[in-house]
Amino acid sequence: MSDTGTAWQAIDSRPRQRRISWDTWHLLGVITPGVLWIVLFLVLPSILLMGIAFMTNGTYGLPQMPLSLDAFKQLAGYGFLGWSPGNLYTVIRSVWQTVLSTSLVILIAYPVAFYITTRPAHLRPLLLLLVVVPSWTNQVIRAVGWMNILAPGTPVSNLAAQLGLITPEMGLFPSKFAVVIGLVYNFLPFMVLPLYATFERLDYSQVEAARDLRAGPVRAFFHAVLPQTLPGLMAGTVLVSIPAFGMYVIPKLLGGGKSLMLGNLVARQFSSASNWPLGAAGALIMIVVTLIGLQILRRMSRRLGGDIEVVL
Amino acid sequence: MAAMPNVEARGQATFDCASEAAMAAETKASRATSTVRLIGLTKTFSPNIVALKGVDLDIPGGEFFTLLGPSGCGKTTLLRMIAGLEHATGGEIEIGGRAVTHIPAHKRNVNTVFQSYALFPHLSVRDNIGFGLRMCGVKKPDIQKRVIETAKFIKISELLDRKIDQLSGGQKQRIALARALINEPDVLLLDEPLSALDAGLRGELQIELLRIQRRLGMTFIFVTHDQQEAMVMSDRIAVLSDGHIQQVGGPKQLYERPDNLFVAHFMGHSNLFPIQKHDANGVYTELGRIVGRFESGTHMLIRPETVTLTPGQSEGDNHLSASVVERIYRGSVAEYRLNCGATELVAKCNNCGQDMFEVGDTVTVVVETDGLVTLNE
Ligand SMILES: Nc1ncnc2c1ncn2[C@@H]1O[C@H](COP(=O)(O)OP(=O)(O)O)[C@@H](O)[C@H]1O
Ligand SMILES: [Mg+2]
Repeated sequence: MSDTGTAWQAIDSRPRQRRISWDTWHLLGVITPGVLWIVLFLVLPSILLMGIAFMTNGTYGLPQMPLSLDAFKQLAGYGFLGWSPGNLYTVIRSVWQTVLSTSLVILIAYPVAFYITTRPAHLRPLLLLLVVVPSWTNQVIRAVGWMNILAPGTPVSNLAAQLGLITPEMGLFPSKFAVVIGLVYNFLPFMVLPLYATFERLDYSQVEAARDLRAGPVRAFFHAVLPQTLPGLMAGTVLVSIPAFGMYVIPKLLGGGKSLMLGNLVARQFSSASNWPLGAAGALIMIVVTLIGLQILRRMSRRLGGDIEVVL
Repeated sequence: MAAMPNVEARGQATFDCASEAAMAAETKASRATSTVRLIGLTKTFSPNIVALKGVDLDIPGGEFFTLLGPSGCGKTTLLRMIAGLEHATGGEIEIGGRAVTHIPAHKRNVNTVFQSYALFPHLSVRDNIGFGLRMCGVKKPDIQKRVIETAKFIKISELLDRKIDQLSGGQKQRIALARALINEPDVLLLDEPLSALDAGLRGELQIELLRIQRRLGMTFIFVTHDQQEAMVMSDRIAVLSDGHIQQVGGPKQLYERPDNLFVAHFMGHSNLFPIQKHDANGVYTELGRIVGRFESGTHMLIRPETVTLTPGQSEGDNHLSASVVERIYRGSVAEYRLNCGATELVAKCNNCGQDMFEVGDTVTVVVETDGLVTLNE
């Protein structure tokens, strides 16, 4: 058996050596447009952003020399009036609301995607369409819709008040709760679609093998179903959590000004508050937090089911 | 090797794969629990798909039993029902004398080697093999130990730290086997485990599988559509067709005394001749009159290796005049297609140095009545 192994390696290595002698200019021609695009629209802006974040705030909010850490100090809460936790709260709240809403999206989307897979083949496109259709409506309009559903005095709010969850005059909107609802509603399709794609390819014989090897239904799920759906789950998590983390419209409309997220903080610095360095610092922090989040996700995926990498 | 308290805690005696003496002792002890009985088993997928139409089988412990039949006859369905992966529509399943018809797969002491291997791609070979023990709550060090022992037994020690996608088909097959065997099931079910492999490897694994079964004394229920494979490996074979069992018996019995036309065809026979008339001294067929004492039946089977060919024409009981239409040289035997009476007959002659006949030669076929069987449609 090992003999055939080395034989195969010998066969394998031949085309590889040929590939090294490929026409280098040809290769350059193929990759240049992509590289240019990345440099122009990713690398340069990122350098610019970093530069601005380390500059000083000028009179009209425009960045000035000299370089300083002022923006980051401000972001950490050090202002003219001493230290206040407001900005830090915003960062923490953004992370928390992202984690919470992404988790809820997973909990809802997973059974939905599975359910759609179990339907007859001719019904599945229709069901997927139903999941996607709401996102054809403008985000603002959908947020306003939720405002009307959750506002004080609406049936839903009244019910919540009767259950003692809120005081009658409060309403479910505006609140952090409304923001989370809005995020979940908005991002659900982005989780259902990749999950559906992995469910559709699910190798059910692995589930049967697990059952055959003494795994009950729950353990069969965790050992044979979940690992197979991890690529979809991870893709969905990336597609949901990153935009949710930087979300502007939903916290602004449904949070009622008190549940702002990082996206709102950054946007304000480039508009009304006029503090470009602080805005840039906020954006930089968002990138850092996102990268940390992706790293955590990668670790989790590895622990849950092996070597499936999250490709951004 | 002295004390294995954690393993014992599973509530049943277990054996140590490395120690053959222990293995043999355990084998004898477990034989009583590993019979399989199917009583009137039926399976209906939908009103027009009836996969099994009442299957009765009695498989004693320690037997290498084969389900043989063409594609779509219900072999996989039957195996899956024994495993508990498919519910019975009707009938009973007993394993080791215990009714398990309504017991789910994970509570049956039965393991399967799947046709598609069904290995877990996200686990290493080691973790694949240890999976069943892990699900039973065996402690990690004990799992490790038994995985290593089983791997040695199946000869895959060097593969333990590979990933599944780094394996060849034959290697995957061995790992699927190890993953099932390590749990010491009462019955091992194998669904066409060798059909995806090339001929050489297949022959090698056939012999090895047989050797493993003999050493463990475990009940094996093996599925194949290849009658050669079934004959090589089995103690007994059940021939299935269209959800029915056609015949159950040893390889010799099925080959030499098939009950009906289907079994005869499936065992590779082609010399089957309708019986036109029966009388006290013999039968009339398209070949002519054949003298002898035969049981009643609609067809006569002449096994090609039981006839003798002599040159020229000669007279006598059961001497049939024929001419050679085609000769196929197969090394140890020469196979002749003969024109005989109104029909065609195949004869196989051992090549023991005698001259071979040429196409067009006139020969006399001497039929030995011992090799003749009558059978029904
Ligand atoms: N899940 C199923 N749903 C419907 N029909 C099935 C299913 N599984 C098997 N069948 C049908 O049952 C019959 C027997 O199938 P199977 O047991 O797989 O045959 P074999 O393994 O002998 O090739 C076939 O006609 C097949 O189409
Ligand atoms: Mg099959």
